[in-house]
Amino acid sequence: MSKIHVQTIVNRDPVEFLADPRETLLDCLRDHLGLTGSKEGCGTGDCGACSVTVDGTLISSCLMLGVEAGGKSIETIEGMAQGEDLHPLQRKFIEHAAFQCGYCTPGILVAAKNLLEKNPSPTETEVRYWLAGNLCRCTGYDKIIRAVMDAAEEMRGAA
Amino acid sequence: MKFHSPTSFAEAVVLAQNSEGVLRYLAGGTDVLVQMRAGIVTPDELIDLKKIPGVFDITRTAEGGWTIGVGVSGAQLGAHAELCADWPGVVDGMELVGSTQVQGRATLVGNLCNGSPAADSVPGMVAAGATVSITGPEGDRILAIEDIPAGPGRTNLTKGEMITAINLPPRGENGGDCYLRFIPRTEMDIAVVGCAVNLRLDGDTITEARVSLGAVAPTVLLVQDAADAIIGTTLDDEAVANLMAAASAACNPISDKRGTIEFRTDVAGVLAKRAAKFAYARAKGEVIKGTHL
Repeated sequence: MSKIHVQTIVNRDPVEFLADPRETLLDCLRDHLGLTGSKEGCGTGDCGACSVTVDGTLISSCLMLGVEAGGKSIETIEGMAQGEDLHPLQRKFIEHAAFQCGYCTPGILVAAKNLLEKNPSPTETEVRYWLAGNLCRCTGYDKIIRAVMDAAEEMRGAA
Repeated sequence: MKFHSPTSFAEAVVLAQNSEGVLRYLAGGTDVLVQMRAGIVTPDELIDLKKIPGVFDITRTAEGGWTIGVGVSGAQLGAHAELCADWPGVVDGMELVGSTQVQGRATLVGNLCNGSPAADSVPGMVAAGATVSITGPEGDRILAIEDIPAGPGRTNLTKGEMITAINLPPRGENGGDCYLRFIPRTEMDIAVVGCAVNLRLDGDTITEARVSLGAVAPTVLLVQDAADAIIGTTLDDEAVANLMAAASAACNPISDKRGTIEFRTDVAGVLAKRAAKFAYARAKGEVIKGTHL
């Protein structure tokens, strides 16, 4: 099986790796680049735990091949905090106790950040629909939704 | 598995023609990667079509219709205000497929070629009278959307053939369309029944109509009897009753965990009524956004 050399940008840093064409972007992020924040829940695009953005579009990284990533700009959970400074969404998730086991959290944070970039003032319904593809088996979702709404309000105030 | 990323459809056709074993085309990949993961399909060759120039384009044709590239995602469709205004039923259908994440990648052509009878984007395209441009070893041809699926998971494309674009006709004056589906929850599910209606008015009278049903037969159906039931009417109660009866009569569904034969047959009529009323209102100029929201 010949591997393919992929050059891309992850969290604003140029990176390169050798990918088997069957490997997903999620496999490549975790196994070749050591970015294990993106999780594999289902591997079939149902759970959202592997959410990343590619050129600003929210996707499931288990549904994209690593070899398709060449020349793209990818953002993962590892790029969300600025050094020690947590993103407002991350702070609000802690304040609202919006996670328990935490497995779904990176994907939800990435998805919620992408929503607030496109729509700084979402309604609760819009947040719920946007995050419908992010499954959480612990929280019952209400705390997640409250954290996102609260973060959105704070970010609007800061803007 | 060999991975190809041709930079023209001509190159892709040669690769496809010379391929050995199981071949899959990669557009959004939201079905292909799931099938690979589940071991349902193990491609020997994978041809990524997204390096071909133009596949991400949504273009207004000289006649006023639309050409949509094979790489255009649901998210891209939903963000295109003019296309949404012209064909809300087509865009709504696509936007019902999967999650936000899936929308970031999934394509109309992929949804069509995956061959699911329940594909949410297909009835809307059938009702719209959309076609696909196809290229292959024998040259180019154009087929109606409804002529692509051959049965669950199968298409009528021959070896080496591939779709190069979807063509939507000009919306024209006094037209409206709508796609509705039934699922037992509000999001992230597969249609138990789907129905699209596209119609045109002269005053209050329907002059043209196309009605399409999904998930009630091995392929998405174009139901001429249902269209005939409302053409020449003002969508009065009698016409609606005839439409519902014709839609239900066209059903040839299976019973599965999502719905029984009887339920699907009944719901097809109900959705046809509701979709026709939304399409009629849109043809009258009402703006009805996101019929699932």
